[in-house]
Amino acid sequence: MNSYITLSYFDVALASVFIILNGVISIAFKLGLAKKLLFVSLRMVAQLLLVGLLLNWIFALSSPWLTGLVALAMGLFAGREIRARQERRLTGIWGYSIGTGAMMFSGILVAIVALTTQIQPDPWWSPRFALPLFGMILGNTMTGVALALDTLAMTVDRERVAIEARLLLGMTRWQAMRPFVQQSLRSGFMPIINAMAAMGIVSLPGMMTGQILSGVDPQEAVKYQVLIMLLIGGATGLGVIGATLASTFRLTDNRHRLRLDMMTLK
Amino acid sequence: MSSAAHLDMSIGENSPHLDIQNLKTEIFGPLSLRLAKGECVSIRGKSGAGKSIFLRAIVDLDPNEGHIVLDGVERASIPAYDWRRKIALLPAESGWWADQVGEHFEQAEKAREFFENLGLPSDVLSWQVRRLSTGEKQRLAIARALSFEPEILLLDEPTAALDPQATEFVEEIMRQQLTSGASIILVTHDAGQAKRMASRSFLLEKHSLVEDKGEKLI
Repeated sequence: MNSYITLSYFDVALASVFIILNGVISIAFKLGLAKKLLFVSLRMVAQLLLVGLLLNWIFALSSPWLTGLVALAMGLFAGREIRARQERRLTGIWGYSIGTGAMMFSGILVAIVALTTQIQPDPWWSPRFALPLFGMILGNTMTGVALALDTLAMTVDRERVAIEARLLLGMTRWQAMRPFVQQSLRSGFMPIINAMAAMGIVSLPGMMTGQILSGVDPQEAVKYQVLIMLLIGGATGLGVIGATLASTFRLTDNRHRLRLDMMTLK
Repeated sequence: MSSAAHLDMSIGENSPHLDIQNLKTEIFGPLSLRLAKGECVSIRGKSGAGKSIFLRAIVDLDPNEGHIVLDGVERASIPAYDWRRKIALLPAESGWWADQVGEHFEQAEKAREFFENLGLPSDVLSWQVRRLSTGEKQRLAIARALSFEPEILLLDEPTAALDPQATEFVEEIMRQQLTSGASIILVTHDAGQAKRMASRSFLLEKHSLVEDKGEKLI
């Protein structure tokens, strides 16, 4: 039942009609959005064209080293995104490495297990499977980790007096930080929990929709989507927990003090 | 450390309850101070002189150097959380993290014993924290700290937010604690309170604790 419909470049160009309409409205009502819309649209087109070319090339070469290198680059970029989304972060290398490290560790672990035991392409690192899978896992883990770390930094800063009161009553650093760690974990898990709850009812996920559009049987597409969502949920959770606990460790010391001096100023 | 030298004499040959030796942070020090069992000393000084930081350093809440010995137990030899159970610091601003007052009390039964003497109603544990006044929070924080039966109390402006009657309650509780063998370091800007409570008064300057022989007290 292969009913895949190839798009012509004209079809694609035609899809920009509504964006252009938005631009016209913005100019007519002086909303100041036209330039920004034009810029991000063009940027998106350029980015995707480049990625298309790049993927073509990577798939053709099919080298494990190149695949690994691309995955690493994706991870480092996602790490930079985590860092940029935090208003206050840990000083020095920790501000980058804890978020990036936790995200990469859980993303790579989950992706490798999924590729070798569930999807099982041949070879298992085949870039056509590994890179999109890693990308989906990474994107969601990145969002979760960034939210959790931002919440942790904000909460610890705001609740300094309360945390120190708990330490002064003889709690260990982990006991003293527990309610605030929980708050950070909750906010890191929020997007993936919301996504799973709305899945199939409010939203038809992009990957599944894409497969259906390209002619795959909906039930097969659903199987893939369930697999992906479970993997994403697991990886996000591991990344969020790892990054939050490592940051908590860094924000306190072995004499059970709260060390706000380990965080940058606003 | 000349200040430490003459403190030795004022305590005599008995081993001190709390022995602070060359305590130093980035802000102040090195400072030394010895407390006898059941003694209250007061510390005054300009704001920013480091009085609060001095108290925080004693309970190891900020990075610091120096030796502190409590009843023969060296601070560095036990975990910081055990040390803070023995030496309670009551900061000028009390900390609260849950909605209900009672959720902040691990030793609620013990804390209740102090409520009446602090002028707090017996049902205060069921109150909402956001409804408390600053003075009520302060008195609850005192009851909370005392519920762990600390050996040393470090009080940072404990009555600054209190009316005269509540101040009277708190000073009476301090006297009871001293009688039962606890020792107190009292940071206060109230010279009258220092005079009422403390057997010795000090002025904190950048590098020393200068004993205040009374001529500066009002």
